[in-house]
Amino acid sequence: MTVPPPSAALHAPVPSPTRQPQRPSGRQRAFAERTVRKIRRRRAANVAMVGLTYLAAALATVPLVLILAHLLTKGASSVGLDFFTQMPKPVGDAGGGMANAIVGTLIVISIAAAFGLPVGIGAGLYLAERRGTPLATTVRFLSDVLNGLPSIVIGIFAWEFLVRPVRHFSALAGGIALGAMMIPLVTRATEEMVRTVPTSLREAALALGYPQWRTSLTVVLRTALPGIVTGALVALARVAGETAPLLFTAFGNQFWSTALDEPVAALPLQIFTYAISPYDEWHAQAWAGALVLLAIVLVISLVARFATRARYGGGGD
Amino acid sequence: MVAATEARTVAPSLAAGQGPSVAVSPARVLTDGLGAFFGQTPAVRGVSLKCYDRQVTAIIGPSGCGKSTLLRCLNRMHETVPGARVSGRVELLARDGAAQDIYARTVDPIAVRRHVGMVFQRPTPFPTMSIRDNVAAGLRVLGRSAPPRREVEEIVERALRRAALWDEVKDRLKGSATALSGGQQQRLCIARALATAPEVLLLDEPTASLDPISTQRVEELVYELRRDMTVVVVTHNMQQAARVSDRTAFMLAGELVEVSATGDLFTNPRDERTEAYITGRFG
Repeated sequence: MTVPPPSAALHAPVPSPTRQPQRPSGRQRAFAERTVRKIRRRRAANVAMVGLTYLAAALATVPLVLILAHLLTKGASSVGLDFFTQMPKPVGDAGGGMANAIVGTLIVISIAAAFGLPVGIGAGLYLAERRGTPLATTVRFLSDVLNGLPSIVIGIFAWEFLVRPVRHFSALAGGIALGAMMIPLVTRATEEMVRTVPTSLREAALALGYPQWRTSLTVVLRTALPGIVTGALVALARVAGETAPLLFTAFGNQFWSTALDEPVAALPLQIFTYAISPYDEWHAQAWAGALVLLAIVLVISLVARFATRARYGGGGD
Repeated sequence: MVAATEARTVAPSLAAGQGPSVAVSPARVLTDGLGAFFGQTPAVRGVSLKCYDRQVTAIIGPSGCGKSTLLRCLNRMHETVPGARVSGRVELLARDGAAQDIYARTVDPIAVRRHVGMVFQRPTPFPTMSIRDNVAAGLRVLGRSAPPRREVEEIVERALRRAALWDEVKDRLKGSATALSGGQQQRLCIARALATAPEVLLLDEPTASLDPISTQRVEELVYELRRDMTVVVVTHNMQQAARVSDRTAFMLAGELVEVSATGDLFTNPRDERTEAYITGRFG
């Protein structure tokens, strides 16, 4: 005897060893057919929905792929060793590079990190360790507001307080503007990561005679550190491409400058300047600059991913 | 049933530790009318308990009876929970023989915790520290009285030996503590608590998350530790209390129902609630 397929089993009554097999009645038949139709419909709906999620996932990557492809075709030809080592050439001269802008970007985001990370990590640690207090609730809310603040507003603010009093643009002002943008991102990442540290670990440290501050720093923060590093790098990658806050602060510079109290070139600014210019050579350079900027952001993101992997791969906890 | 047989096998060995010697052995930890609250909710009410020097005191009772909370009052860990409050007195007899109320205004909870070590239900090795650093963790926060580096190595070895873990980890002291098995991690936590040489060791269901073999090793360890310290162990495993303790306290609904020599409590309970609990009629 062969075993009937499942769909046939719905139509046929269960064969009983003692009774003769019966033909199903009309009502049984109708019920079985309704059930089969219902199941088919559910399966079709399931396939459609899963298909839609795949489509959404694919669409989410489309902008990045398009941008990358476009940048590669337009900018790759201008990116050579010269681009990293040479200064910008005057209009009309082909070639040249953006060495000053690349170094300027690195300087500005270093200042941003030096300013934004300690403040953000400290605030995040506070929010996680004192989560219920009115001050913590207020700070968390304000941090979210700061996160939603348009970057141009931060730029104007930095100009008002850091540029106007000293009457000149500076790398320092640009770095602090970007650092202010980093603070809410780092705060949130730190808070989330510190919260994942189990209470039992805190209690273990306290029970050993650790003071509260030492528990927070050497046990809690240290345990959450890999996650915080990831969050910090993501924030850094995010502000590295910001243009608006730099317009009024770092300002840009066509010449080589690494002085912190002078205007400094930065890739986003250089791209902006070159892209709105009427010259074809500068347009090509702008594409190349965009490609390099994207590469910097990608590298930072990859380092962040690597830090995350080390967190979940190692330790075993 | 098992409890009864266990109790009988333990009872003779206790005979020497009980009777007149109890009277001369000083109470290392003494609670007097101790109450513990979470907000307005009392978790422990009017507990007066004496834990004698060089003895293991077990606290048993059904889940939620306040036994862990009582234990956490003994090293001022209870107050680390937001809204938690303690009333009554807890006296700790220092090495020099002076009794001190650990809830007195002038007493620093951090200092109390350095004299009263604690091991928790689940192993809590610090994941970012090596095995050696875990054991030395308590020494590092001693500030000016911290031992010099050379001495630290000796203390770490001694603590690991006492926790019966030395042979298993001596070749990987720099390795990650989280790579150890659960039982090893728990013994590491005991070693960490022993490194600072506390007078009292509190164990909060130390074997609840361990396998039978690891449990046995921890129990043997507790049995050894009584030779030079006061041990208080919370357990909801009555057989374990019978195996490892000299005196047993039975708690119910936040109150201390009965405390007596372990053999007596399990074979001849005075309170009918104790009898109902140890014979398995509830809990």
